[in-house]
Amino acid sequence: MPLSVGIAGARMAAGLSRLVGAGGGTTVPGKVLTSIDPDVLDRLAARLPLGSALISATNGKTTTAAMAAQVLAPRVRLAHNSSGANLLSGVTSSLLSAKGAELGLFEVDEAALGEVAARVRPRAVCLGNLFRDQLDRYGELEHVAERWRLVVRGLAPEAVLVVNGDDPQVGDLARERAGSVVFGLDDPRHAVPELLHAADSKWCLRCGHPYEYSAVYVGHLGAYRCPACGHARPDLDIVARQIELRGLDGVDFSLEAQGERRAVRLAVPGLYNVYNALGAASLALALGSALDDVVSGLERFGAAFGRFERIAVGDRRVLVLLVKNPAGANEAVRTLVAGGAPPIAVLALNDEIADGRDVSWIWDVDWEPLLAGLERVVVTGARAAEMALRCKYGGFPTDAIEVVPDLGAALDCGLELSPPGGELVVLPTYTAMLALRRIVADRGFVRPYWERAA
Amino acid sequence: MTIRVAHLYPEYLNIYADRGNIAVLTSRARWRGIELEVAPVGLGDELRPGAHDLLYIGGGQDREQSLISPDLAARGEAIREAVGGGAVVLAVCGGYQLLGRFYRGRDGEELPGAGLFPLETVAGERRMIGDCLLECELEPGVRQTLAGFENHAGVTKLDSGAEPLGRVVAGFGNDGESGFEGVRVRNAIGTYLHGPLLPRNAWLADWILERALEHRTGEPHELDPLADDLEASAHTVASARARSRGGRY
Repeated sequence: MPLSVGIAGARMAAGLSRLVGAGGGTTVPGKVLTSIDPDVLDRLAARLPLGSALISATNGKTTTAAMAAQVLAPRVRLAHNSSGANLLSGVTSSLLSAKGAELGLFEVDEAALGEVAARVRPRAVCLGNLFRDQLDRYGELEHVAERWRLVVRGLAPEAVLVVNGDDPQVGDLARERAGSVVFGLDDPRHAVPELLHAADSKWCLRCGHPYEYSAVYVGHLGAYRCPACGHARPDLDIVARQIELRGLDGVDFSLEAQGERRAVRLAVPGLYNVYNALGAASLALALGSALDDVVSGLERFGAAFGRFERIAVGDRRVLVLLVKNPAGANEAVRTLVAGGAPPIAVLALNDEIADGRDVSWIWDVDWEPLLAGLERVVVTGARAAEMALRCKYGGFPTDAIEVVPDLGAALDCGLELSPPGGELVVLPTYTAMLALRRIVADRGFVRPYWERAA
Repeated sequence: MTIRVAHLYPEYLNIYADRGNIAVLTSRARWRGIELEVAPVGLGDELRPGAHDLLYIGGGQDREQSLISPDLAARGEAIREAVGGGAVVLAVCGGYQLLGRFYRGRDGEELPGAGLFPLETVAGERRMIGDCLLECELEPGVRQTLAGFENHAGVTKLDSGAEPLGRVVAGFGNDGESGFEGVRVRNAIGTYLHGPLLPRNAWLADWILERALEHRTGEPHELDPLADDLEASAHTVASARARSRGGRY
């Protein structure tokens, strides 16, 4: 069957999926077309005149891709899976819906990277970090890292690899390919005193001895060296220095690349967003963007949906931060506490496949600094009671915990507890975030995510 | 009153929110006016039989488990002696496997165990992942349920006549076929169930505390009940998850 006929059918399926209210149709057309023609992704990707770039990481891939899109979009027509549908079907669907696209820009699920890379044959790959995440789904960290190594070895000779050097597992991949681009942070003023409880990759990749860190920035990301065998962070090509956190409003840093230096003012907060910006900048530079375009693109960037997104709901504001694993949630907590978090929070815990069936990760998150500043907590979602227990055994008084399993009712409860003009923090897992956005959209406060492609 | 706890290799074995179990024991003891003194025991640190009322050991990834396994195996005699003297043990997932005789990986490499539990574990073809519900009878005539989450490739076989922690109501359990989960030797318990295990199974937390107090004082203890509405509600949800989603026989 000709590709064009399959594409028409698949686009029709996307429309149908939206019509019946089953979702944004962001993966359905890809599934339809792939079932008709398994090689469709290879053929669609091969039609892109400027090729494709892939972004993967445990945390920050949606934001990094959205930042890169801001940089690239003024000059290049993109096919970009901005809604976060990052499996084979989602990548295929975004290629289908992007008519006339020149460049593919895809965030890819860590476990799907091998298959997507084999089909798309990317000209650039950006690998951000590996944290423990949904062990029931991804398996152990080491296994994901090993699969990534195979992906790197299978890249086309001319492809550029971009890696976060501050992550021992990821940074080491730069040694697989000459010409790899390594990014990282260099501002020990922002180092945390010690590795947090949930830190991964504490032991030397080569010899198993504990790494020594001269600075730990986020989770296990930082400047490390093994005192026994000398395995250490590779030299950085693209660096963030002079980082200034501006509370919940954003973060400034000095971007140093290609022998030049530029001041960057990001409108999203936290050190982890500096990592995302570095990944996006490194990837865009590897794809040929000019440094000044990189800076202006990063500064235009608002927030990827559900990632530090502010939504006005009547006379109150809702600040939504997706949380899905210990490292990401710890950074959300750290940023909220440093930036002055409001006194009411809604914690939404679901346990669908996309959230992780296993909810034990909430016990590895250091919620306590956030809880210490809260007056009331509303826990919600399918596993609301579990989240309530986490707060209770974290020392939060049980009479200040509202257990409201229904998401809509929990949002109302949180808004009611917040003063007029005030802000409510909502920390949802993935499917809870989608459900909450739908609830808010149904009330007319935000457009559905599939209408907001960057 | 103080309960002395040895937490084995917390730097290495902490993958399934093991500190949640410690937090539950600490709080539930404190609410009864009892202190929990938790001492981390790392590679090469001393572990004297009788010096602790409770030994806790959690789970880790394969790499971490292979890093601590020789050290743990060398402590086998001390641990067996402690348990013989009535000390309580809670071993979860990797820690459970490594208190058996050995763990043999997919590559055939064998990690030595401490030999406390009468069992051995061999990595299997499939991972057994999902919510799991057990029925236990730790005290004669008192049946209780345990709800947790299991995620293991290891297939654990108990020696014949060994006492499991419970019978599987829903889920896989030790090997996906025997219908047994975990093991019990005197006051030592091993299990694949994490989640973590204790927050939503408050009765087991209290059983552990009572046995640890008995070890400390030489007399039986009965703890006052606490308001456990949230715990009960989380238990109900997790049990329903296991019944609808857990592995099947």
